Formats: sequence, structure tokens, C-alpha cells
Amino acid sequence: MRKNSTKLIILAIVAVICILLYGFYDIKGGFDYAFPRRMMRVGAMIITGFAIAYSTVVFQTITHNRILTPSVMGLDSMFEVVQTLIFFFAGSISIWVVNQYLNFAASIVAMVLFAIILYRLLFRADKYPIYLLLLIGMIIGTFLGSLVSFLQVLIDPVEYLSLQSRLFASFTNIKVELLYISLAILLLAFAYGYRILGQLDVMSLGRENAINLGINYDRIVLNVLILSSVLIATSTALVGPITFFGLIIANLSYQFLVTYKHSVHILGAGLMSVIALVGGQFIVEHIFEMNTTLSVIINFVGGIYFIYLLLKESRAAG
Amino acid sequence: MIEIKGLTKRFGNKPVVEDVSIKIQSGAITSFIGPNGAGKSTLLSMVSRLLDADTGEVLLDKNNVKQWKSDEFAKRVSILKQANFLNVRLTIRELVSFGRYPYSKGRLTAEDEQFVDQAIEYMNLKDMEDKFLDELSGGQKQRAFIAMVIAQDTEFILLDEPLNNLDMKHSVQIMKILRKLVDDLGKTVVIVLHDINFASVYSDYIVALKNGKVVKDGTTNEIINSDALREIYDMNIPVQEQNGCRICVYFNSHS
Repeated sequence: MRKNSTKLIILAIVAVICILLYGFYDIKGGFDYAFPRRMMRVGAMIITGFAIAYSTVVFQTITHNRILTPSVMGLDSMFEVVQTLIFFFAGSISIWVVNQYLNFAASIVAMVLFAIILYRLLFRADKYPIYLLLLIGMIIGTFLGSLVSFLQVLIDPVEYLSLQSRLFASFTNIKVELLYISLAILLLAFAYGYRILGQLDVMSLGRENAINLGINYDRIVLNVLILSSVLIATSTALVGPITFFGLIIANLSYQFLVTYKHSVHILGAGLMSVIALVGGQFIVEHIFEMNTTLSVIINFVGGIYFIYLLLKESRAAG
Repeated sequence: MIEIKGLTKRFGNKPVVEDVSIKIQSGAITSFIGPNGAGKSTLLSMVSRLLDADTGEVLLDKNNVKQWKSDEFAKRVSILKQANFLNVRLTIRELVSFGRYPYSKGRLTAEDEQFVDQAIEYMNLKDMEDKFLDELSGGQKQRAFIAMVIAQDTEFILLDEPLNNLDMKHSVQIMKILRKLVDDLGKTVVIVLHDINFASVYSDYIVALKNGKVVKDGTTNEIINSDALREIYDMNIPVQEQNGCRICVYFNSHS
């Protein structure tokens, strides 16, 4: 236990160093101009990092699977659908694109509604196992992905370019107003999420043992599914989809911190996200000089790590 | 007291448990026996609210199990199922401490620690309490899970084939511990057993199921005799008396 707290302190220090480095390194021109803008990006990265860390860790607990993330439920695809539909029907200069609030709200509402409808329709834990829900989520996700590709080939090429830039995760153009809304959503979600952390610890013993110990299992699973959808929706609407990111940080946290406690893993995974995002953004801006985006690097590293995990799991099974 | 009234569960159209009504006697060991697919585990799951019944009800102190608050119920009845695969790395002590969750909600008091110590002592796990579960043999792991249920300190303890994967020595050890829990601490144990000789030697009451229905229900002596066993298993099973225990010699019987 004491070793874990030492590790968390080290993570926190590294995270702070990353933030300071990103905030102060090589400021040209006006400090008053550059510094607040950089801090805004850092804020977005902290919000995204913790939202993804929380939702992935709890999602993996309720699915009892360490290579799933909430995005397999088709949430990322839903974001692409909303954006593509907006560009397809309203165009890039419509109020739905120009007004950040409207765009943000439309994305979140669509994603959360999608998740709630899916869960409400399908979630009968005594009838269907959660894997059926996941499978259907994946199929719907694939379907939505195909729909998006179909609309994208019909769209005007210029419109498509500006659509494409929205579908890649980016921390560079974040509106400060959206940051405050996201922070408010994150804090509200965490206020509830914090209360159920102890129950989630028990739930990692499996459904039957958890019910035996007095956990209202099925209700918490449903609440956690909705909660992680809200968090993923918020972070996706804020910066765009980061597919592999949650998977990496959650598994790194399991390897780095040996405990069953969700509070420790969420804090650990959250700090690792901040390190990876802020550090990664620093590398993108100062080493690659903006020739690539952070999400490309994350998906590249994440993809390799994912293959490693698959190989490891299959070796453990065989 | 636990009372089961007209309990039925169907999977698809096939009834797995059909119109089962029995009373579980307090302060005794009751064994559920019967052939594969008789519905023993399903019945136990419904009694312990892991599974909802289609019709019928389970009453604990005259109140329907579904109306009990989940954490209050967890202080009265505990259940241990057979498959216990864990995705997390836990030490024995951490696992057993989870047994106190209904009382402490994760913050163990000195009293909780005492219960945990006792349960670990009871299952002879003291010298390995800081070992991780994935370092243990099947038998040690099973004992760790039983220790968790003992730490939960419930009046009713329901166990689904706890002797699965255990060798003779550990099977006997666990049955003796269950007997002690009943005789010394006044607990009520309900257990699904495959080996009828363990049921015969250690239980007070036996409920025999077949095709989802109760075929026989009574004291151990009423069930462990060739006539009743033929009805349950469709086998000719001679019963021999050995040191006051009735042993079923079914290994070379003819159907």
C-alpha cells in the first residue's frame, strides 16, 4: 500500500514537470498571450485524461475484460455520425458548426442518448450476458462507421477536408467556454463516481460474489455504463476520438500499481494520461513541429501495445 | 428460517426447477443431491437471489427475498458458487476482508479485522495469508473463498459444490469445518453435493432433486437407503453401515 502511494507521488511529480515544461518551454513573443493558451490546452488534456481513465477502468471492471474500452460500444462512431450528418445536411458554415456550444451539445446529447437507448433496450442482465450487449454495440458501431463512409464520399471535397479535421483528436483549438462546461460535467460525474468506487472494488470479484456481499449489481452496471458514456462523450466532443488511449493507460496502471482498489487505479491512470497527453503534445509541438497530431502518435503506440496485450493474453490462455 | 414456496425457473421453454416447495431447517446441514441437470445449483441461486425465479417465492423470516435490502440480506445469507475466476490480483487476506463488506463498506474496524483473523484461522490459512490467490492450488483457493464466506458471518451459508476439484483430504477437512460451524456456532448450511457419501456422512437433512422436481426430502436416514436412492438415481445402490456411517457402494452397480 505504501509502495503504491510512493508510486502515485512519483507520477504526480512527473505530471507536474510535464505541465511546467509544456507551459514554459520556448515561449516566443508575448508570455501573456502564449501562456494562458497553453494552460487551456493543459486543462483540456487533464479533463480528457481523467475522463478516459475513469471510464475505461470502471468499464473494464464491469465487463471483466482488460482489452475492452467504452469506445467498442460505438460511441466514437456516433460522434462521427453526428459530425458527418451536420456537414452533410447543414454544411461547414452553418450554425451547427460555427457555434461551438451547439456542436458540442449536439454531439454529447446524441452519444449519451445512443448509449442510454442501447442499454435500456438491451440491458437485462438476467436474460442476456453483457457480452451480447458489447457485440451488438460493436455491430452498430460498424454499421454507423459504414454509414459515415457512405456520406463522406458524397460530400463536397472541401467540406470533407474541414470535416476530417474535426474527426481527428486535437488539443490545439479548444474553446475556453467548452472547457468550463466539460469540467462541470466531469466534476458532476466524479461526484457520483467517487461514491461507487468501493462497490466497484467488490464487483471485481465477479457478479455472484458481489451480489453475495450485498451489492446491487445490475443497477450499478447500468449506472456505470451510462456514466462512462457521459465521460467518453464529453471528452470526445471536446477533443475528438482517441481510440486506444484508455486501453493503454488502464493496463499500464494495472501493471504499475498492484492493488484491487479502483480509487488508486483511477488516480494512477489519470496521472499517466496527463503525462502521456501533455508530454506527447510537447513532443508534437516542439520536436515534430506540428507535422503530425497527437492522436496519430497515440493510435500508433496504442496499436502496438494492443497487439502486445493480445499476444500476452493468448499466451496466458494457451 | 428459509422457506421455498412453489419455485419455478425456465430457461427457454424447458423448466429447470419446477414447483419446488421446501423448508430449510435452521441449525443443521441440508444437502441438495441429485443427478446432473436436476436443478440443484439453479435452486440454490434463486434462494440466494443470484437468479430471479419465474414464479414462486423464497421467504427469509417470512419476507420475500426480493424485498430484502441487498446489504441487509448479505448479513443474513451468504452464497459461494463453484466457478470463482478473478480478474484482479488479491492476497488471501484481502479476499477474506471482502467478506466484511456488508458491515464495514470497505473500511475495516478492529472488530472486522478480528472476524477476518478468525476466518483465516478456521480455514488453516494463517501461514499463507499474504500470498496472492493466483499462486495457490485449487484447494487452497477454495478454502480462501470459504474463509471469505465465514468472515461474512451469516446465519445461513449456501455453498454450491464446494468440494469440486478438491482431493479427499481437503474435502473431509472442509466438511468437518462446516459441521463445526453448525454444531459450535449454530449456523445453517445448505450445500449442493455430488458425492452422496459426503451427503450421507455429514448432513442432517437431504433434499433430492430430479428433473427440476423434489423427489425425496427428509432426514439423512430417510434418504440414504437403496429404495429411495433407486428412485433418485435410477441405479441399484447397496448401502452399507460402517462405524455408524451409511456408505453407498455404487461403483459397480447395475442400472
